[in-house]
Amino acid sequence: MPAPTVIIDDSGPAPVIRLSGRLVTEHLSHVERDFASVPAGTGTMNIDLDGLEALDTGGAWMVSDLKSRLEASGAQVEITDSTQTRLELIHAVVAAMPAEEGVEAPPSGLVPWLAGIGEKTAGVGASAMSLMSFVGQTLASLVTCLFRPRRWRTAALVSQMEETGFNAIPIVVLMSFLIGVVLSFQGASQLRQFGAEVFVVDLIAISILRELGILLTAIIVAGRSGSAFTASIGSMKVREELDAMRTLGLDPIEVLVLPRVIALVIMLPILGFIANVSGLLGGAIMSWIELGVSPSMFITRLQENTDVWHLIIGMIKAPVFAAIIATVACWQAMQVQSSADSVGRHTTISVVQSIFLVIVADAVFSIFFAELGL
Amino acid sequence: MTRDAIIKVRGLRNQFGRQVVHDNLDLDVWRGEVLGIVGGSGTGKSVLLRTIVGLNRPAAGSIEVLGADVLNGSREERLTAEKRWGVAFQDGALFSSLSVLQNVMAPMREHLNLSPALMRSLGQLKISLVGLPPLACGKLPSELSGGMRKRASLARALALDPEIVFLDEPTAGLDPIGAAAYDDLIGELKRSLGLTVFMVTHDLDSLYAICDRIAVLAEKRVLVTGPIEGMTDVDHPWVQEYFTGPRARAAQAKT
Repeated sequence: MPAPTVIIDDSGPAPVIRLSGRLVTEHLSHVERDFASVPAGTGTMNIDLDGLEALDTGGAWMVSDLKSRLEASGAQVEITDSTQTRLELIHAVVAAMPAEEGVEAPPSGLVPWLAGIGEKTAGVGASAMSLMSFVGQTLASLVTCLFRPRRWRTAALVSQMEETGFNAIPIVVLMSFLIGVVLSFQGASQLRQFGAEVFVVDLIAISILRELGILLTAIIVAGRSGSAFTASIGSMKVREELDAMRTLGLDPIEVLVLPRVIALVIMLPILGFIANVSGLLGGAIMSWIELGVSPSMFITRLQENTDVWHLIIGMIKAPVFAAIIATVACWQAMQVQSSADSVGRHTTISVVQSIFLVIVADAVFSIFFAELGL
Repeated sequence: MTRDAIIKVRGLRNQFGRQVVHDNLDLDVWRGEVLGIVGGSGTGKSVLLRTIVGLNRPAAGSIEVLGADVLNGSREERLTAEKRWGVAFQDGALFSSLSVLQNVMAPMREHLNLSPALMRSLGQLKISLVGLPPLACGKLPSELSGGMRKRASLARALALDPEIVFLDEPTAGLDPIGAAAYDDLIGELKRSLGLTVFMVTHDLDSLYAICDRIAVLAEKRVLVTGPIEGMTDVDHPWVQEYFTGPRARAAQAKT
């Protein structure tokens, strides 16, 4: 396929710009510079298209752009061609040429920068308010449903419990077991220096029961189920399914949010308990291998030296964490705008925010229980 | 006009599980014509379009587009052919994270070696060619109405100045004025660019206004092809009902 060429013919009375070859979008890169380097004149000029083999809208745009550039510098330009259809194409393109730029440049400078900071700050406040009101709506619909068993969505609840709880057991068990192994191994190497190896049992029991078992389970569940909540409800919002529900008289909070929140509040304590058992098991096995603490000695020491309150404190935190994760995930899903991109962004925000809030809540619990002397 | 087959479909068979959609389907599309595909729901109009553009692999048959074997050709052969056709999907299928202008520029950026300024100008030209206001350039697809999305999708399909455009229900969901303007636009582009248009449509007004030929899908194959005037003579119950019904008569009266 012959590439297009631009030849300026000065031999006649008026300069003629002869175009030849295939002036189509695909080949425009060859002649972009040639078109730009056509010198501007003041007299009459002709653009001759007779040599062209093909012309499309891209090529027609180049020709009409050249014409308007030359005319702007004071020349009279005439486009000549023996083929009527090409002239028509150029006319169609000229008629369609946008008169103004469609895209506004983003503002820059000090004032917009300050305004940006202000908008972000106000946005933080607004999203805190929006989260509060979402929590309020969820609680309100919980209360209305609570006393009307006919409105309980048992099937949805059970399927969510299976998905978020039962299916998460393998990963939670594995993670917690490994944490027990790591704690025991690290604890042993430090405590051995003081000849206090046997205290490794207290170390493992307290740290896993009181903090790590529940906290790490919550983090796994936030990554696993929180993201799934945001992505699934968010995609439904993009496809206007939530609007469809509202027009059918269904409340999306009651149908979608409540089963998920309740399922997680029920399942996270159970998962946390399983994580506790598995973590202790990992710790016990490692202490046996590494320190020679026999399983029976481990159990005796666990029963004698570890207050049951450690377990209770851990379990008290679990439903709170679950409520935080599920509420933040569903709330973020409601913030999704109508684009696929937005679903991804809000899923990320949902996971980051729920993990952050879980850790904040954990810190608050620590201070609270320390003040109580537990 | 010499009849030069730009799309050749032979012996096409499409099935999903046990359900056979097309069986031994033959179709020719001539260069420079607007071909309207009609058929009842579930006769596989969209499947046929998707199969021709290579989005769906048929169980049997051969498809040749612009001389390239779509099914068994080499990767290069397919790529060159793909650059010479454009597809406008039913609901636009615009990239939701890009503005309209960026959507139109996306294929140019990928396949052409043009300067950014020229790409912008060409993109703006395509957008105004399809009748969108310049302000639409900077908008995200989610900020546009359904009709504007269809136009933006056509602008993206036209980005590389293709020889064939595939349109899936282009006027469905448009108001009558918008639909008529869209028909005019297709007719205009066909005249000035020598475009070949493969159009799946149910819009009888479009069929009467711009289609040179109609292909009726029924009984798992192309039942009949030909200009719309001849359709009323076809002896098949569905075709009779479709082209002699009250809506068809109303559309015919307008032309």
